[in-house]
Amino acid sequence: MIRFILLQNRQGKTRLAKYYTPLEESEKHKVEYEVHRLVVNRDPKFTNFVEFRTHKVIYRRYAGLFFSLCVDITDNELAYLESIHLFVEILDHFFSNVCELDLVFNFHKVYLILDEFILAGELQETSKKAIIERMGELEKLD
Amino acid sequence: MNEFQNHNNFMDMIRAIRACKTAAEERAVVRKECASIRAAISENDQDYRHRNLAKLMFIHMLGYPTHFGQMECLKLIASPGFPEKRIGYLGLMLLLDERQEVLMLVTNSIKQDLNHTNQYIVGLALCALGNICSAEMARDLAPEVERLLQFRDPNVRKKAALCTIRIIKKVPDLAENFINPAAALLKEKHHGVLLTGVQLCTDMCKVSTEALEYFRQKCIDGLVKVLKDLANSPYAPEYDVSGIADPFLHIRLLRLLRMLGQGDAEASDTMNDILAQVATKTESNKNAGNAILYECVATIMSIEENGGLRVLAVNILGRFLSSRDNNIRYVALNMLMKAISLDSQAVQRHRATILECVKDSDASIRKRALELVYLLVNESNVKSLTKELVDYLEISDPEFKGDLTAKICSIVEKFSPEKIWYIDQMLKVLSEAGNNVKDEVWHALIVVITNASNLHGYTVRLLYKYVQAAGEQETLIRVAVWCIGEYGEMLVANAGVLDIEDPMTITEADAVDVVETAIKRHSLDLTTRAMCLIALLKLSSRFPSCSKRINDIILHHKGSFVLELQQRAIEFNSIIEKHEKIRSALVERMPVLDEATFSGRRAGSIPAAVSTSHGAAPKVPNGVVKPASAPLVDLLDLSSDDTPAPSSSGGDFLQDLLGVDLSPASSQGTNQAQKSGTDVLLDLLSIGTPPAQSSSSTLDMLSPSQGNKKSVDMLNDLASPSAPSAQAFSPAKNSPMMDLLDGFGPSPPAPETNGSTYPSVVAFESTSLKITFSFSKDPGNPQTTSIEAQFANKSPNIYSNFVFQSAVPKFLQLHLDPASSNTLPASGTGSITQKLRVSNSQHGKKSLVMRIRISYKVNEKDVLEEGQINNFPRGL
Repeated sequence: MIRFILLQNRQGKTRLAKYYTPLEESEKHKVEYEVHRLVVNRDPKFTNFVEFRTHKVIYRRYAGLFFSLCVDITDNELAYLESIHLFVEILDHFFSNVCELDLVFNFHKVYLILDEFILAGELQETSKKAIIERMGELEKLD
Repeated sequence: MNEFQNHNNFMDMIRAIRACKTAAEERAVVRKECASIRAAISENDQDYRHRNLAKLMFIHMLGYPTHFGQMECLKLIASPGFPEKRIGYLGLMLLLDERQEVLMLVTNSIKQDLNHTNQYIVGLALCALGNICSAEMARDLAPEVERLLQFRDPNVRKKAALCTIRIIKKVPDLAENFINPAAALLKEKHHGVLLTGVQLCTDMCKVSTEALEYFRQKCIDGLVKVLKDLANSPYAPEYDVSGIADPFLHIRLLRLLRMLGQGDAEASDTMNDILAQVATKTESNKNAGNAILYECVATIMSIEENGGLRVLAVNILGRFLSSRDNNIRYVALNMLMKAISLDSQAVQRHRATILECVKDSDASIRKRALELVYLLVNESNVKSLTKELVDYLEISDPEFKGDLTAKICSIVEKFSPEKIWYIDQMLKVLSEAGNNVKDEVWHALIVVITNASNLHGYTVRLLYKYVQAAGEQETLIRVAVWCIGEYGEMLVANAGVLDIEDPMTITEADAVDVVETAIKRHSLDLTTRAMCLIALLKLSSRFPSCSKRINDIILHHKGSFVLELQQRAIEFNSIIEKHEKIRSALVERMPVLDEATFSGRRAGSIPAAVSTSHGAAPKVPNGVVKPASAPLVDLLDLSSDDTPAPSSSGGDFLQDLLGVDLSPASSQGTNQAQKSGTDVLLDLLSIGTPPAQSSSSTLDMLSPSQGNKKSVDMLNDLASPSAPSAQAFSPAKNSPMMDLLDGFGPSPPAPETNGSTYPSVVAFESTSLKITFSFSKDPGNPQTTSIEAQFANKSPNIYSNFVFQSAVPKFLQLHLDPASSNTLPASGTGSITQKLRVSNSQHGKKSLVMRIRISYKVNEKDVLEEGQINNFPRGL
């Protein structure tokens, strides 16, 4: 199960934070700080998996943003790496060559996309096309 | 419009915040915005509620407190329009979590929305529920969600499925209600619904055994078919990732199959084909394929035994290991550690690749590879593996050196086939990374060195060479200085040269040079320099020609600020100058340190603790000559570092001697298998457990080989033939012996009547002697066995002074009655009988075992025979 998803830039600013387990606000800030520190200093030659407290963090860097997923120890790391990539592809498609600024100004839309992709800490839909279509339908209603 | 409102839409607000140059500026802008939002809230402003919440969410993301907005979320959710609901639910998920009581207020709204006609709104509600519902909400709304699992629209069905996962995690009792609808989901065609359905079933199995059974019975065939169709499906652009159709679904299916196959052979059988197909046909050049293969391997490893599949799995892991992608190697090493417990042979084949990984640049890969290598070591590969590791030690990172050193030392100690190899490897390690070597390791090394009398010359010469090259390694210096002190004359005289050695000539002066350099080096600590002083004293006796020079060096330290050095210097100086006569006696060659005792002591203070039931035996010298000057004893008193019970009484020592002895796992060739403290203790006491490695001969502690003459002689002394009673090995010379007998705890009087009958056994047989044991038990006391031992003489000579002794491990108590006579007539014409009583405190769990020793005189010659009796009938 995914415990939380974080999108952070190199400076440590959190652009997206979605938690699937309850945490106090102060806890959340601490977690975001720690994960950022863990992830930003890693050599690109190293693996994309880091142990974090009693779980592990699967992360990948896309341009200036770190996409971090915190999962259970027993989960399949390679699969989650693929899901990070799928998410980035969806964002890319939705925003047409997404950049960090898109994510800042349209953060509510990013959350909506995320909610179509992952729910209750598990993958909901694996087809990029399906998610984009759905977002289109929802936009029309707005 | 509200006069506090500065920005028309929230895009402007974001721009404004981003334009702030300092944190203080940002705080000011945020404060203003919050104020205007609060004002709008209190006025119940309908029009901009939507926008205000969006702003609030952004402010929340920046890290500011936004509690005042929580009620706004509720109001928005309660609004009829879709956009309001949408932002309301979003705000709800962002600003609240399940622990807030405010959440309860939403339950009713959510319930209504779950029943809405607009499927998008249903979707919103399900989403919110799935992400943050609490246990009470879960219970309240479960029926709605159950109904929605069969909704017409697949989007709703898949959301309902994931929502159910959360519900059953929060309230596991509800799981039973969902079994049937969940099973129905497995027949779906829509990938999204199928994926979520599979996930739901997996989580249900974790929570409810009923569900697990149900799925196992009914659904496996269906699942196998789905996976097969998926694996064989043609190109599907919608779900394609790197040429594979929907790898996520593959992986989820494999995981569910794993849950169902674990622990059930029949279920595992049905999956074998598809697992083999996935394992062999999946492309592994991209991450997606590898992810599937990884999951497949994990499944194969978890389900019930199938040799062919396991081999396939290990081969895949082997391939992973040689991949250039770090992630793949990491994942493979992880899995291999699990695989090794299932099929160590298969993993051995990949030893070379794993060794390569130990040298990897990524620290986490190195660590895992090293652990894996450690698990793979056995007698046949220990030499080559150790060589590789020691070679790598030279070039490894300093942070890694500590781990690596510890593992190498451990491997060398456990598996060393012969002493010379052990010494070689340890000296190499010491010269490379001596500072990482722990104290107990080099103490053990010294014990081994003293026991290898034929290698003394070789060792000291090797040390001399190494010290020239690696003078900063403190541990190396310590060992070297000690050895040079002990075996200095062998060094100089080139004694005991082995074929493999290069010739070298070292003068007495050279030897003294080494010690002098060491003592002068200020970077070395007190212990080392103190050792140097002793070594110098020894050398002054062994090399009389250098005595003056040595005295000068010692004199130099008379004024040392360090008390220990000063004291030693003064004492030694005094010995050299004024007590010439006793000097050589003082610094005689150290007697051999007993390996078994050392390992016993190292295992923890078992000597002191356990011997209480056997009374306090008087101190018996353990063969160590106690010289007049204290430092020599300190050096030898290796236990002072670790155990709190230093000079344990000699009697305890002997108990240990035998206690250690009886464990088959306690020896390996001539080296002890040394595991961690408690493990050794358990091994010592567990008789009959199969040794972890195939041990060669059990080291016979009492055998006169190995230069243990002293202890043997001592035991002979103790076997006072005049008092044949109480030969249980609590050595005592006089009356305390009787006390020992009394202190023997609960050993009830031997019953004469036979309880249950046990067959008599031939306990011991050699060419000259045969011993038979017959057993009887008192029915009221199953723990105690009475044994009648009968000794028969197989040779044509009479045996006189016949003494039988026996020893038992600590969970047994032994009592020996006097023998019928001391003389055993020849050729079996007569026999001696002796009664024994054994109490088994682990009756039922451990069977009896005993070590025996028979001494007698034949033709004016003393003969000693020893053996171990393992063939006691079970149940004694």
